[in-house]
Amino acid sequence: MTSLYEVVPDAPAEGVATRRVTITVNGEKRTLDIEPRLLLAHLIRQGLQLTGTHVGCDTTGCGACTVLLNGRPAKSCTVLAVQADGREVTTVEGLASAQQLDPIQEGFKEEHGLQCGFCTPGMMLAAKALIERNPDPTEDDVRWALSGNICRCTGYQNIVKAVLWAAEKMREES
Amino acid sequence: MYPSRFSYDAPASVAEAVAILDRSNGEAKVLAGGQSLIPMLKLRFASPERIVDINNIEGLDYLRQDPDGSLHIGALVRHEDVEFSDLIAETQPTLAAAASLVADPLVRTRGTFVGSVCHADPQGDWAATMIALDGRIVAQGPNGRREIAMKDFVLGPFTNALAYNEVAVEAVIPPAKGTRVGSYLKLERRVGDFATASVAIALDMDGATVTRAGCALAGVGGKTIDANADISGALVGKALNAETIEAAAEAVAGAADPRTDHRGSAAYKRQVVKTFVTRILSNIAQTEQKAA
Repeated sequence: MTSLYEVVPDAPAEGVATRRVTITVNGEKRTLDIEPRLLLAHLIRQGLQLTGTHVGCDTTGCGACTVLLNGRPAKSCTVLAVQADGREVTTVEGLASAQQLDPIQEGFKEEHGLQCGFCTPGMMLAAKALIERNPDPTEDDVRWALSGNICRCTGYQNIVKAVLWAAEKMREES
Repeated sequence: MYPSRFSYDAPASVAEAVAILDRSNGEAKVLAGGQSLIPMLKLRFASPERIVDINNIEGLDYLRQDPDGSLHIGALVRHEDVEFSDLIAETQPTLAAAASLVADPLVRTRGTFVGSVCHADPQGDWAATMIALDGRIVAQGPNGRREIAMKDFVLGPFTNALAYNEVAVEAVIPPAKGTRVGSYLKLERRVGDFATASVAIALDMDGATVTRAGCALAGVGGKTIDANADISGALVGKALNAETIEAAAEAVAGAADPRTDHRGSAAYKRQVVKTFVTRILSNIAQTEQKAA
């Protein structure tokens, strides 16, 4: 695979150096030749066609592009894809199995935690990281953990409820 | 948005990183957390020929207190490592208070303490705490290591004292002279916004007497404002009481150099500084009284 951007040619210009990286995406090991300036968000969306990861502000402000990088939430528009070399990336596509939604996704369904859905993947991954670190978060903890994610439908109330719902479900299951 | 083309190296040791920088004649940038550098690359404010990614260097993620009481923060300690550290919570109240106010939780998983200090943003939280705590940066270059005191490290907005072939490998906070107290307050319109005004205060106390006082301000001047002399003059050798707190707040507010903008008028920001100094010192005084 070559580096892909929305507004530059699909393949790097002749003579442009690429770098071979191995990244585990949603459990699957991928070996790719990419230009060092390729951003992780672009690799995921255009390169791997995993379009659940959204690019909102593109300036590290909104959190729509949040993925888990080695288990910690990160804004993939502000990480070079080469920096994920040898590391694990989880996108929203990696949450559910074929049979079952992740409890976080169930929570968003049950509590109507989305309206337009643009911020939702980022919200869910930030929430997943929170619950892994703190299985019994308070409402304040949830609001704090999601403070880097912006919802322009301003549906925060139900997003917070959804995360609390998921945390409770995960505690019951464990 | 995407960065200009650059060559990329991910060295496995600091020595190797230094060698690459040395060969690059000032056309290379060190990449640590990338939470300031990558946006700058994307906006084309910076277009270095070469990026030297230090994230694969082992052993730079330490956060430890030495037997002499000094705190050492390695170049790959992320903001959230400071935020969730028991050591910081127990021994460094100013850093502990600032940690959860740096940017937002997602940026804090990537961005580094040392990188933030090096970035020398006039709004930067960590540079302010480092000045208040009289910290220093350890830089490694082709001729070995040297230490740079914070007062000599930040030369101006986005300008630090590192040579082009040096890597900042750690931040050091000197040991407390007595009991260390302090805090950090920041006014921001929303999480992740630039600060309207921030105040970092760090005091070392011998009983009720202040033995060392440090203070720095962010967001109220063209660079991080060193108000150590102003707060020291008002507090060192004295106890915290209404009179000394008032004097300290006046002195520190006088050191601020705010500009009127959409975040507020200069007079308002100066008042915020005064209020924050008063609030931090009053809280310390109350805690001391309760403990006594």
